[in-house]
Amino acid sequence: MGPVLAIVGALGLSACSVPSGDVDVHDPYEATNRSIHGFNKGLDRAIVRPTSQVINAVVPEPVMRSVGNFASNLGTPATVMNDVLQGDLDTGTHNFFRFVINTTVGIGGLFDAAGWMGLEERHNDFGQTLAVWGVPEGAYQELPVLGPSTERATAGLIVDLLTDPVNTVLPNDERAARRTAGIFSRISERDVFGETIDSVLYDSADSYAQLRSIYLQNRRFQVSDGNLEDFYIDPFEGLDAQQ
Amino acid sequence: MPNSNISRRLAVVGLLSSTSLALIGSPSWAVSSASQAESLIDKVVGEISRIANSSGSESTKISKFESVFKRYADLPTITRTVLGADARSASSSQLSSFANAFSGYMARKYGKRFRQFVGGAVEVTSSRPVKSFYEVKTVAKLQGKSDFDVTFLVSGRSSKFFDMLIEGVSLLKSERTEIGAMLDRRRGDINALISDLRSAG
Repeated sequence: MGPVLAIVGALGLSACSVPSGDVDVHDPYEATNRSIHGFNKGLDRAIVRPTSQVINAVVPEPVMRSVGNFASNLGTPATVMNDVLQGDLDTGTHNFFRFVINTTVGIGGLFDAAGWMGLEERHNDFGQTLAVWGVPEGAYQELPVLGPSTERATAGLIVDLLTDPVNTVLPNDERAARRTAGIFSRISERDVFGETIDSVLYDSADSYAQLRSIYLQNRRFQVSDGNLEDFYIDPFEGLDAQQ
Repeated sequence: MPNSNISRRLAVVGLLSSTSLALIGSPSWAVSSASQAESLIDKVVGEISRIANSSGSESTKISKFESVFKRYADLPTITRTVLGADARSASSSQLSSFANAFSGYMARKYGKRFRQFVGGAVEVTSSRPVKSFYEVKTVAKLQGKSDFDVTFLVSGRSSKFFDMLIEGVSLLKSERTEIGAMLDRRRGDINALISDLRSAG
């Protein structure tokens, strides 16, 4: 815990910017974010999108799924750590058994055997832990290559990278294999969800604003465990007086 | 004669959508409890999966989606919300042609995504009153993909749904952003927006 807290402190989380008033989108760095968005779109068009099409044309789908499973299984101990840090022992136990089953029955994580048994994947990360600890979301950010984020999610991502329990025990070449698998499966997913991503990035009137809206809504959904009551639009608010 | 068959089918589709147009604002059902909202959504997701799993062509499916959308979605509320402040300055004829263009745009845009529902199932999991409406949660189980959460917000005023959220992403919010950006690009010209919307999606 000591080093984790030190890192959180070093990231200056207390300086996470807080919006004034009740707003859905807090984006004080919009100008910078928009130019990074332009860069990311160029990268997508030139490299990520075509590469993902090639990967999925060349690599059979079950193989690609195993590559993704392998990378995601090695991320599970970090997930369990975050479940525990959030005091969610049920999910922690759930994910712990996922890791044990997939590493053994699933042959080193190549197969999602736990998923077949009904133990579905339950994602977690340090950004969500920070949310549970009461750290505000902070400003919206679009990061180069990595895409949409918030100040809180970015801080969480850095902590996750630095404290990953698997990385500390894996030998160097296996760490590289894991990283490669992770990158490959991320790029391949670009094609799996291709139509939806294309529609957001290339058919929207303002792809920056659309991506920001979708990311923030989905992230809040994850962080709130699916309880979005506070974020629902109430189109009937104030209409009662007129009835 | 295959040709006359096709045109007969088209005529039926046209008839169906004009019937449902006539139903706007006066549904034959009422929603005044969470369980009634739940059975409405049960019907909606049932019809959507039936259309997605039917053997018709893409354009037939899309016009069927449009009739489901017109029948069960609270279009006046949705269009008022996505237009935001611009709704107040629009005339009533502009609002109704916007609603018409918008429902076709929705059917094309989301109809393409409903294709993923082929072979899948959507189950209603819970419902409850929230704020001034009802929340109905469903889970979509699609082949070879992780389950995902689809939530409908149903109004007791119109007895129809006015928002659909996929993994927390609200159709109302996304389209408010999109329509707002489209209007900005057309310098607030709502007529230009309506004519472009007829081919968008």
